[in-house]
Amino acid sequence: MSYGFDFSSVLPFWPDLLSGLYLTVVMTVFATVFGLVAGIAVATARRSRVKSVSLPAGIYVETLRNTPFIVQLFFLYFGLASIGIHLSAVVISIIAMVLNVGAYTGEIIRAGLDSIPAGQLEAAECLGLSSTKIFFYVSLIPAIENVYPALTSQFVLMMLMTSVTSQISTEELSGAAYNIQSTTFRAMEVYITIAVIYVLIAFALKLLFVGLGRLLFRRKRALRNLSRVRLAGTQAVAG
Amino acid sequence: MSFEVEKGHVAVIIGQSGSGKSTALRCVNRLERIDSGRIEVCGHAVEAPDLDVKLLRRDIGIVFQSYNLFPHLSVIENITLALRHTKKLGRRESDEIARQVLDRVGLADKAGSFPEQLSGGQQQRAAIARSLAMSPKVMLFDEVTSALDPQLKNEVRRVIEGLAAGGMTMILVTHEMGFARRVADKVILMHKGVVHEEGSASILTDPKTKELRDFLEYDL
Amino acid sequence: MRFTYVHLLFILHGFAWTIGLSALSFALGGIGGLILMLLRTSRVASVRWVAAVFMQIIQGIPVLILLVLSYYGLGFAGLDVPPLVAAGIGMMLYASVYLADIWRGSMESIPKTQWEAAECLPLSRWQTIRLVVIPQAVRISLPSTVGFLVQILKSTSLASVVGFIELTRSGQLVNNSIIKPFLVFLLVGLLYFALCYPLSIYSQYLERRLHVGRRQTQ
Repeated sequence: MSYGFDFSSVLPFWPDLLSGLYLTVVMTVFATVFGLVAGIAVATARRSRVKSVSLPAGIYVETLRNTPFIVQLFFLYFGLASIGIHLSAVVISIIAMVLNVGAYTGEIIRAGLDSIPAGQLEAAECLGLSSTKIFFYVSLIPAIENVYPALTSQFVLMMLMTSVTSQISTEELSGAAYNIQSTTFRAMEVYITIAVIYVLIAFALKLLFVGLGRLLFRRKRALRNLSRVRLAGTQAVAG
Repeated sequence: MSFEVEKGHVAVIIGQSGSGKSTALRCVNRLERIDSGRIEVCGHAVEAPDLDVKLLRRDIGIVFQSYNLFPHLSVIENITLALRHTKKLGRRESDEIARQVLDRVGLADKAGSFPEQLSGGQQQRAAIARSLAMSPKVMLFDEVTSALDPQLKNEVRRVIEGLAAGGMTMILVTHEMGFARRVADKVILMHKGVVHEEGSASILTDPKTKELRDFLEYDL
Repeated sequence: MRFTYVHLLFILHGFAWTIGLSALSFALGGIGGLILMLLRTSRVASVRWVAAVFMQIIQGIPVLILLVLSYYGLGFAGLDVPPLVAAGIGMMLYASVYLADIWRGSMESIPKTQWEAAECLPLSRWQTIRLVVIPQAVRISLPSTVGFLVQILKSTSLASVVGFIELTRSGQLVNNSIIKPFLVFLLVGLLYFALCYPLSIYSQYLERRLHVGRRQTQ
């Protein structure tokens, strides 16, 4: 081995890493929020009884899910530029991420909507609720609650996916790392550093989603306590 | 708690749910951890920490309430699995033994079927055959008819009665008093984790303690 | 410039390498995944714990960075390896942690009573795993495993960062010379789709069949 690790040469570049981290977080937030909205729209469209609505939605989902993100990114970035539309790499990246993640969350939310029993909707209709209220409170919220774990792990995967946008010169964490290693020639150190940062973001994101889940779905908490009480009860009888 | 079962005898453990019958039975082949006390089976000190559990279990067969056949294997493969991998017998020899035990439980024609294709009673008889094939010295039966419809219970009971007649040493946990009366050399009533009353099958008609009397009344 | 037969051939060549790298990644990831899954379900708590932490860490690192790290890491260790090896090792890390998770889930869905029945026969713990648990778990894990194959196929597109010329990279190179991004990346996308879509459909089919099978046994 010709040389050892030298992290001190990476240290002076912490402002670049910090701005890279900032961009990664911003892109993740954008993609999460708009990806969720897109997912809800896609899921609703796919479940539509009107073929001219459900079919395009289906094609969109299958296309995006069965091709690599980097190809979608190149298609947009180089494609738009070739017809004279010049958007910044960051904007293209966020658009591509929303489109991509919308297809995945769309499928997850659709599964959630499918899991709501028809009787629930009938009961709500009989109560005379408006159809938007029914969709929101009786279908959507419980549906998201049902698929919350799958949905949030998709968002963590999406955060990791932001690294791919460095391939169109977005200077998020991986892009920043690329720039730093090309001046310091300390590739191992730089990439180990950002790998650690990614692991920490992923961990923080998971914690955040668990906390958010507890906050949003009070019923889950109540139910968990309830089932614990019931369980204790049956054990007392059996024991 | 303490009880003994002589070679060639059949002991039946009865008692309310939660009285510790199944746990006691499962201790005999170390499916449960033994915190204290002594159990001796065919010369094995079951409670010993350095016991070779595999050797112990070669001498003891067990049949469960939920059959626990391996769903991915056919009936005959269920039976030959341990013969081939534990006893290291060849394919032909294993198949020979499997066919013999299947004949004994009346399933000779079901050798190639998969568990899913059998009725509950047939599955339970296949499970008995699987244990029997290992020629154990003692067999344990943990509420083996509880999950079965009434008409299917009978075919399983007949197999067990046949084994009893053949001189197999057995310990049964059961809720069925009529069956207990027919096969038992010894009846053990468990109550709150201890042996409350013990005797020959006649204690079922002439109970000595209040608990057994209550139990029998409640049961019938 | 026009898109010619030569360009098409070049892209198809990359396509073949995408298939090759995917197969290699799945094979290596399968071996790694199996070992990790066994460690993750070990009876020794510290072994379980180390495997879990390792899996959490690798799952928190983007595939792109895993590939770059394996490329520079091998160089750092003084090994001069072809891009295929660097890409293979990076993809192995990625695939093995996810496959281990999928397979562990399937193993744990096998009822405890199956373990008990096997160990009472008596089979050894290893025989029980090999002869009773794994054959059943494989069936349960098949839909997700095939589904993950699609993820592997798509992730190989990132191997271009370590200089491996697979489908995406060959498309990129062709586009650099003829500047027809819509045409080139549409073609590249179509080729990926032709591989991934049938697998996705097959995975869904297996999933449905598994559920039907389960309902019948209940």
